[in-house]
Amino acid sequence: MSGWINKLKDQFSSVVLEVQLDKDYPTVICNREGFLDLIKHLKEEKGFTYLIDLCGVDYLNYKHKKFEERFEVVYHLYNLDTKELIRLKVRIKEDDCWHYSVTPLWKTANWFEREVYDMFGIKFEGHPDLRRVLMPEDWEGYPLRKDYPLYLDEEQEWAVYKGLVEKTKMERGK
Amino acid sequence: MGIEKSTVEIAPGIRHIPGTPVVISPIDKIINWARTGSLWPVTFGLACCAIEMMATGASHYDLDRYGIIFRATPRQADVLIVAGTVTKKMAPMVRRVYDQMPEPKYVIAMGSCACSGGVFKTYSVAQGADQFLPVDIYVPGCPPRPEALLYGLLQLQEKIRRESKKWGCWR
Repeated sequence: MSGWINKLKDQFSSVVLEVQLDKDYPTVICNREGFLDLIKHLKEEKGFTYLIDLCGVDYLNYKHKKFEERFEVVYHLYNLDTKELIRLKVRIKEDDCWHYSVTPLWKTANWFEREVYDMFGIKFEGHPDLRRVLMPEDWEGYPLRKDYPLYLDEEQEWAVYKGLVEKTKMERGK
Repeated sequence: MGIEKSTVEIAPGIRHIPGTPVVISPIDKIINWARTGSLWPVTFGLACCAIEMMATGASHYDLDRYGIIFRATPRQADVLIVAGTVTKKMAPMVRRVYDQMPEPKYVIAMGSCACSGGVFKTYSVAQGADQFLPVDIYVPGCPPRPEALLYGLLQLQEKIRRESKKWGCWR
């Protein structure tokens, strides 16, 4: 497997930044520009037809970080014929917080990308319906970011819930 | 004397004249007696506590023997058992189900999460169902055993038995 992955580096020299073969699964660090070409190639030519997972990572204040960008979007692809798994990582800057959508390639990516958008605020270019999926639609902030508070103060509280609690307090006062 | 001799006590404070369709009782007592005998909870499972609530309703613990029958609609229910973690997103829906119930209505907070938020002191979880509902009985546990829920329901029956001038035109 390592053979063709190293060849990938020559074939997509502008996209593939780094290939790590010493991890549990072969990991490819990619550039955002041209990423769609690479993942299309893996799906259509190399047989990685199954998108296992797509998730976001926030590396704010991470001690062992060796790169500049704050976020990472991680893809796990699986080849059902050869039982191989490959991991792709794309680093996203905080002030340029968007990435290309793979929903046209895998329908399953639709909600994955909505979840990453909901939790990290990374927008996906080309997504057909990018809305929050877990939190209420009028929620402020992105909860899985490391600078998001664990517990909200009263002034940060979600307006609908705040109204509900206040209504209950008034009823009790009667 | 007269009343003790010619009547039979069928429940505390409720006396029946044998051979006649006549019951002698204060109206509070007879209404409360009727209410305790047919507590109908609405099925409202939110998390793992719901599994325990279902186990309580199933044949081994058998809530039916107390006249407690789960109803799948709030319109026909008397008790709302909040079984599980209430997230802030879910809270308005829980409140709506409660508002749809006809009076008299009671609320049981089942499990640590519904009592106080439990281990989830986070941005997304309501810190107890009592933040937005008038809770009558708290059943602690994570999740509570069926016996604990059963005890909570019996405590609620006890509470109803002592009620007076709380609901309807007596308020």
